[in-house]
Amino acid sequence: MAIEQEQLAKQKFEKKQSNEIIMQANQIKKYFPIKGGIFKHTVGHIKAVDDISLSIIKGETLGLVGESGSGKSTLGRVLLRLLEPTEGEVLFEGTDISHLNNRKLRKYRKDMQIVFQDPFASLNSKMSVGELIEEPLLVQTSATKSERKQKSIELLEKVGLRANDRAKYPHEFSGGQRQRISIARALALNPKFIICDEPVSALDVSIQAQVLNLMADLQEEFNLTYLFIAHDLSVVKHISDRVAVMYLGRIAELAPKKLLYSNPLHPYTKALLSSVPSTNVREKREKIKLSGDLPSPANPPSGCAFRTRCPMVHDRCGTERPELNEVENGHYVACHLFD
Amino acid sequence: MTGNPLLEVTGLKTYFYLEDNLVARAVDGVDFTINEGETLAIVGESGSGKSITSLSIMQLVNRPGKIIEGTISLEDDDLLKKSSKQMTKIRGNEIAMIFQEPMTALNPVYTIGNQIIETIKKHKNLSKPAARERAIELLKLVGFPRAKEVMDEYPHQLSGGMRQRAMIAMAISCDPKLLIADEPSTALDVTIQAQVLDLLMEMKERLNMSILLITHDLGVVAEYADRVLVMYGGQIVEETEVESIFEDTKHPYTIGLLNSLPSLDKDVERLGAIKGSVPPAHSFPKGCRFADRCPHAMDQCRESNPELLSIAPNHKVRCYLYEQGGRSNGNRTRTTSKTKI
Repeated sequence: MAIEQEQLAKQKFEKKQSNEIIMQANQIKKYFPIKGGIFKHTVGHIKAVDDISLSIIKGETLGLVGESGSGKSTLGRVLLRLLEPTEGEVLFEGTDISHLNNRKLRKYRKDMQIVFQDPFASLNSKMSVGELIEEPLLVQTSATKSERKQKSIELLEKVGLRANDRAKYPHEFSGGQRQRISIARALALNPKFIICDEPVSALDVSIQAQVLNLMADLQEEFNLTYLFIAHDLSVVKHISDRVAVMYLGRIAELAPKKLLYSNPLHPYTKALLSSVPSTNVREKREKIKLSGDLPSPANPPSGCAFRTRCPMVHDRCGTERPELNEVENGHYVACHLFD
Repeated sequence: MTGNPLLEVTGLKTYFYLEDNLVARAVDGVDFTINEGETLAIVGESGSGKSITSLSIMQLVNRPGKIIEGTISLEDDDLLKKSSKQMTKIRGNEIAMIFQEPMTALNPVYTIGNQIIETIKKHKNLSKPAARERAIELLKLVGFPRAKEVMDEYPHQLSGGMRQRAMIAMAISCDPKLLIADEPSTALDVTIQAQVLDLLMEMKERLNMSILLITHDLGVVAEYADRVLVMYGGQIVEETEVESIFEDTKHPYTIGLLNSLPSLDKDVERLGAIKGSVPPAHSFPKGCRFADRCPHAMDQCRESNPELLSIAPNHKVRCYLYEQGGRSNGNRTRTTSKTKI
């Protein structure tokens, strides 16, 4: 049993070592215009995503953390082209999908899916569970009615629900069960890449653990790649292989999980990790207190976006924007302290 | 640090009378005491009855909900015997409350200043200029450097953390003896959460209040509480001091809850999820309410609901595993992980 597990872990590790990039974002910007004045001129821009480049490796889970307003959900939506990027390109398995027209894009849509935070809002309440799960098959494939039914039953059983749940409606399920339905729906087209946008943050801890375990199992079984967006650092630590920390539309730090949590370099990551309340009652973590709130993304500070709250701020931070540089193997930081 | 009993709740039952003659037993026989200067946390998942317990103390439970039994006494004075007029005096003055979502708790059409002054004038015999002075003082106290300007701002002009600070200013405006904080930091980002909770604790020390902290976050409990009640299905299943809830966990539900929590301090391959979900409050099982999800459930558990028993000084558990004189079985208690970050 133990040997088997060891082998499994080894296989999993090797799979993740493939280094085959499934999705690559190059200098993505997403600006939302702010309209003002009597003629509704554009008076400014919300810089939700401001020059982000990153690559996601096949089979891995990349965690994306940040506080509200950091642009993590916007980035996710731009990657799937649910939002058009203002600048930059997104490559999915080498193909630039950011400039394809809708008809051509459809071919790629089935490979990329998303699971949203709120399973109460993301499932159409007037559709039965069967209809919800079969809808993607109806749109994307030529499967017959009985094939679709067969597939939806399979998927329901995969996510821990029962075949006769097909006839029920979303309101008959609890939050955790609804999230299972969302996952089944996302899996219907055998996607390669799934963005999980805060999939467990609306759930109670005991249910959260069930859903996280399910997602890990499904990843292994179907060789999925996840971009896991969350604000909960412990959840991200549990599920991810690599973690990116976002602050005000930019990536502050990106590293393999172990490195990021054991040796955070960016002052923001340090503060973020130290603020997480710990269940260890004997040894309290020393908290690094950040003053103030997140600045408005419409008017981000010049230079380093974090400088207004940074305890280590120096002159250079105000004038020069730090680049995301590799400081050790796979550990990237955008901070002048590590130039 | 902690002194005499301040608030004593005994046998509290709050039921909701629903359609089709269903009765939801949201709070079903809860007893606890909050001592002076103490922070007592109530933890539980949604539907455990923790919020209804706090609303019952404030007597803010609306139809179809009703407090049907029990006593709630503040310094030996039974609040359930008060008229609604007397209760209005007590709310805000003796017991104050802050809520999870400050945007919905604050009135969007009045300025922050107006809302704090209103509270002060309602309870203290102060003139309007004096009340204004006091309001500015309070805003400074909760960490607004530009308190005077904030007085004339509306809630939408403040960020979430700032709104929660304004709520705290309002809650402490009349020096309450007890502050009920219902998920005060849940809607906030983690760096702001730490700011707000630290402020709450600073105010507690300064004003010598007691705090009843309602939360679902065990990390918050570990950092801020003195004692903990774990609620499940409208009842207390475990009650103890904060150290022993994490290091000498007894009830299978609490153990399950801790195991299902991902942590920064330890690495696990799989989380120990609790199977199933919380039963709805109108159809609790006959026996122990956790029996259907419990890995140790015995026949006895499905027959009758265990009592909340003292198994050690300051440690109570509602579970048949500990029935005979509080025997504790090493295999059943959670071993705390010593791995560090």
